[in-house]
Amino acid sequence: MSDTDTFEAAQTTSASAHAVSDSDTVVIRPETTPEWSRRNFIKGVIASGVTVSGAVYFGPALAPPQPLSAQGVPRLITLNVNGQTRRVDVLPGETLAMTLRYKLGLTGTKLGCDRGECGACTVLISGTTHYSCSTLTQRVRDRKITTVEGLESPDGNLHPVQQAFVDELGPQCGFCTPGQVMSAVALLEANPKPTRAEARVAMSGNLCRCGAYDHYLNGVMRAAGESQNG
Amino acid sequence: MMKDMIPGFELFQPTEVESALELLDRFGEDGWALAGGYDSLDWFKNRGKHPEAVIDLQGLAGLNRIVEIPNGIEIGALTTLTEIEHSQIIREHFGLLAEAASKVASPQIRNAGTLGGNLCQDARCWYYRYGVSCYRAGGNTCYASAPDALNREHALFGVNRCVAVTPSDTAVALVALDAEMVIRNSGGERIINAEHFFMEPSSDITRMTVLEPSDLLTAIRIPNTWIDADFYFEKVTDRNSWDFALVSIASAIKSNAGQIDDARIVCGAVQCIPRRLENVEAMIRGRVQNENTAAEAGILAVQEAEPLNYNHFKIPLMENLVKRAVRG
Repeated sequence: MSDTDTFEAAQTTSASAHAVSDSDTVVIRPETTPEWSRRNFIKGVIASGVTVSGAVYFGPALAPPQPLSAQGVPRLITLNVNGQTRRVDVLPGETLAMTLRYKLGLTGTKLGCDRGECGACTVLISGTTHYSCSTLTQRVRDRKITTVEGLESPDGNLHPVQQAFVDELGPQCGFCTPGQVMSAVALLEANPKPTRAEARVAMSGNLCRCGAYDHYLNGVMRAAGESQNG
Repeated sequence: MMKDMIPGFELFQPTEVESALELLDRFGEDGWALAGGYDSLDWFKNRGKHPEAVIDLQGLAGLNRIVEIPNGIEIGALTTLTEIEHSQIIREHFGLLAEAASKVASPQIRNAGTLGGNLCQDARCWYYRYGVSCYRAGGNTCYASAPDALNREHALFGVNRCVAVTPSDTAVALVALDAEMVIRNSGGERIINAEHFFMEPSSDITRMTVLEPSDLLTAIRIPNTWIDADFYFEKVTDRNSWDFALVSIASAIKSNAGQIDDARIVCGAVQCIPRRLENVEAMIRGRVQNENTAAEAGILAVQEAEPLNYNHFKIPLMENLVKRAVRG
């Protein structure tokens, strides 16, 4: 429950920060301190809210604002994320992973390599798996986006894939897990009863540095069995 | 620290080919056509390319269809690799292409990556990608062929200053299928045979294909010439997923009662362009399709190979792949 509370709080913070930045009164500048670190970054998120801290990453791309011609894309757009309609201010060159994590507070989606080479950022776009680090947010305006946060049922039960991964000890360090979950969910949507070989191919776009590939595969097969029974 | 942020550009999302062509004309060298976008975004993040305007092709009407045409099929350039892999007509009649598409990168990349994008991708040589001023980048040296260079993945044939190889799996299959590329610009449409679509470094070292900045590859046509032939595709990689070919082979063979009537054999990742093995094709035409013919074909295929420091292993690899393809 406390996780949910934190998550909602983050969303609220995010929304209010947007209301402010829309009026152009907040000057967001790149973080220039040489002591920048992951720890400071996390502190920053806690202290100042998700959106403003996003500037650590967005840096020079935010200032000065990009001039827009009549034909260029609008910055204020609507996204459909996990069944919710979210208004968000998006730069032309912004990736979906950035928008999800630093503007919408959906930090379940992880950024590993940021080059489409690890799979940690996998999300579903209209039901198929994509690397959100390599997808421009502006390209998914009319699409249905599902992140790992959108899988849990309203009563708080884990998605069968999530539960199966827990049961099969899939996650070790856990960093690749959200991506692995999304790949497995997409597979079982398209093919509820895959063979182990089919599952292996479907999961082949997600790296796991702990090497728990067989555990994840066992989890996929377990979830497939459970989906059939119930 | 900031290296992963993409420098600003203007993003255009035209819905008609005509408007996309107009934008390509307007921005010229400063414009960038974005298809699946995965490789493009890597370039932008690495500061390797910094276009002023990015033209998102995703919304272009009619470019993601597979349709039957009088003498074959036409595949829209924005058809994704996953769609090609699962297309019934392609699997049934041109299985070579479906097989090649299914071996590209990873499932997520195939879900976004398009056939056009796969064909037009830039060289994967890491010296070039690192941003050094090599021949391909407009400089005056090749770092990959220096005495101590790491060139395990580089070329065996047709080297002219640049030793990078063609990275596309579908290109190899499409040359084997004798496909045609439909190219449009504001002046009209032209059709180029797949074999002549890829650019030799001796012709223009800075480009991988014949496409000019104002050109758009809109469709790929596969004629019925090789429909339902005996196909063979194999891609050898270091990893089973998410990797570029060390050597790949695509072949189409028509045989009758064990005798080879006609064949097209194309090898990938050994030259800057897909390498069509015309001498092998000529040699096996009319021969019995057996182990002997296959062995001779393999030897002939690698005769002119000129290895670099670290890619000698590609010679027996290529020989064996040609052998397997001819053996059927």
